[in-house]
Amino acid sequence: MHDLYSFLTGPIAAFSLIVFFGGMLFKILNMVYTVYRKERFILSYISLRYGLRSLVHWLTPFATENMRQHPAMTAVTFLFHICLLLVPVFLLSHIVLMEELLDIRWLALPDSAADGMTAMVVGGCIFFLARRIISPEVRYLTSASDYFLLALVVLPFLSGFYAFHQWPGYPYAVIFHILSGEILLIAIPFTRLSHMIVGLLTRVYTGSEFGKVRQAKDW
Amino acid sequence: MTEPVVKTDGHPENPQESPIKDEGLEAGVANLSGDRIEKVIHQILKDETAARFKAYIETCVHCGLCSNACHFYLSNDKNPAFSPAGKVKQTIWEMMKRKGRVAPDSIRRMSEIAHTECNLCKRCSMYCPFGIDIAYMMLVVRRICHKLEVTPLYIQDTVNSHSATMNQMWVKEDEWVDTLQWQEEDAREEIPDIRIPLEKEGAEIMYSVIAPEPKFQAELIYQAAILMKTAGVDWTMPATPGWDNSDMAMYTGDNEIMGRLKRKHFETAMRLRVKKIVMGECGHAFRSVYDMGNRWLGWRMPPVRIVHAIEFYYDLLKAGKIKIKKKYQEPVTLHDPCNVSRGGGLHEKARYVVNAICENFTEMHPNREHNYCCAAGGGVINCGPPYKLNRMRGNRVKADQIADTKAKIVIAPCHNCHSGLEDISRHYKLDVEIKFLINILYEVMEKPSQE
Repeated sequence: MHDLYSFLTGPIAAFSLIVFFGGMLFKILNMVYTVYRKERFILSYISLRYGLRSLVHWLTPFATENMRQHPAMTAVTFLFHICLLLVPVFLLSHIVLMEELLDIRWLALPDSAADGMTAMVVGGCIFFLARRIISPEVRYLTSASDYFLLALVVLPFLSGFYAFHQWPGYPYAVIFHILSGEILLIAIPFTRLSHMIVGLLTRVYTGSEFGKVRQAKDW
Repeated sequence: MTEPVVKTDGHPENPQESPIKDEGLEAGVANLSGDRIEKVIHQILKDETAARFKAYIETCVHCGLCSNACHFYLSNDKNPAFSPAGKVKQTIWEMMKRKGRVAPDSIRRMSEIAHTECNLCKRCSMYCPFGIDIAYMMLVVRRICHKLEVTPLYIQDTVNSHSATMNQMWVKEDEWVDTLQWQEEDAREEIPDIRIPLEKEGAEIMYSVIAPEPKFQAELIYQAAILMKTAGVDWTMPATPGWDNSDMAMYTGDNEIMGRLKRKHFETAMRLRVKKIVMGECGHAFRSVYDMGNRWLGWRMPPVRIVHAIEFYYDLLKAGKIKIKKKYQEPVTLHDPCNVSRGGGLHEKARYVVNAICENFTEMHPNREHNYCCAAGGGVINCGPPYKLNRMRGNRVKADQIADTKAKIVIAPCHNCHSGLEDISRHYKLDVEIKFLINILYEVMEKPSQE
């Protein structure tokens, strides 16, 4: 068990981080290269000012018409994504691991806060799952891959929560937590989860087109 | 029309299960083979599209938040098959899932969805959190259908006219010139020395219209001539092909013909050495010359400055070149055409013009960029009578929106909107009259003959 733990937090952790960062970097560079080679016009419409104007609106809760039309979804989506991004990066035990791995450290969230935020991520996933099943317009678009991605996201948080509370058999939960977290990291560049970066780029492009060419708002 | 086939989830999978008769689609499908379909889909999805298409596919998290943007979805009792992403699912996702091995009948249905159940109004880009351009995705489907020659008959005939005559309605060269001279003659009864200057090189403005104007709405050219004369504008119209700014090829995915049309239009303006092109009250033509056609030709922005009628009237009123006798008294509302508001930011100028010429203006809601489409644009009305009923059912929200204003006059500064809203008024018994800005402007402005 200890060997497995060291293996997962050592070489496999390094591997998954490399695949995640390398994969996303490659994805973005490849996208820019393809744009340069085949859709160069996009570069001449991209506008920092209008792109950011759009992005800021879409990253501010309730700043767009559609967000106001779906208040529950908006609230859950923002809380979910904020917690999803903050907890893994600012969790004390992750920081300790990073210190062992790369000898760098940063400020950590209080454990109680991280615990609550983890619950929020899990709650968000349950909300999204329920929405997929209940809302006809979402169910219509849903296929197995959507449930799979949702599971991919929820598992590290669920197991992390379990392990943190040291419920029965928690050492197994720790192993499962590390493994599922690493699988998630590796999966991001190769799945629709890459919207974490690509979604910002599509927004910036649409914002640029709307602002610069169409002289209209896009929110 | 039979009842839609209802699947177990309570929603019709295929809302138009009863195939609408469309000879263009039928003839096209008869010529299809599996290999040809696969080859064309690969050509478009692999070679013609690139990073943008890929990013849209990989970013869409199937959240359904685009649904409320679509008038088809809202009007069809929130049937998810009409939601923007729902239409992508039935077309692009299907093509990708089957790696291009799509049955001919499915291509027929996809052509119907892309051509007649989406107006390419881009409202959904404003509702998708990632700003995915679903109108572009539908244009990709139309492009595939074009390459497979499975395009609705009526709109294809229009494209054929574009190709053969460089105008939308088979107007012959002499008919065009005759029509202008006829309007000039009629206008002389009102203002004896009025001209519709043809081929005047070096004029400041080339005025261009869409072919339905000379074909059956010649009074619009008449009224424009009176406006030009009144405002003392130095203008001209070409006597050669290139006078028509319309473009249905843009909507069938026939980009090559779109390019030929726009080149002719811009080159005509350049030959006449005008400073700018002023265009009549048309939305799709604005999109074609201001946004899409110029890009196909490699111009980031149009090579000749494009001024839409709304902006032109705004400039004239603002500069005091047009004086208003007495404002129009009837209560009016304003329909914001997608292609000039969401597509050109002209909605505030439109309001300035409306307020300058009308006494009683009531907004419809939502408005400006968020206005609902007329359901005629994007080439949908041009697909002709077979699809009219679906078009009417697909825009109940527009009827409600208009009815709520209690206005009896709807101003629609766009030809497609105009025709679409007339249909809606009749279908939903709204009993409203649709007017162009120029109709009212002509009625209320001070004219030289009256001084």
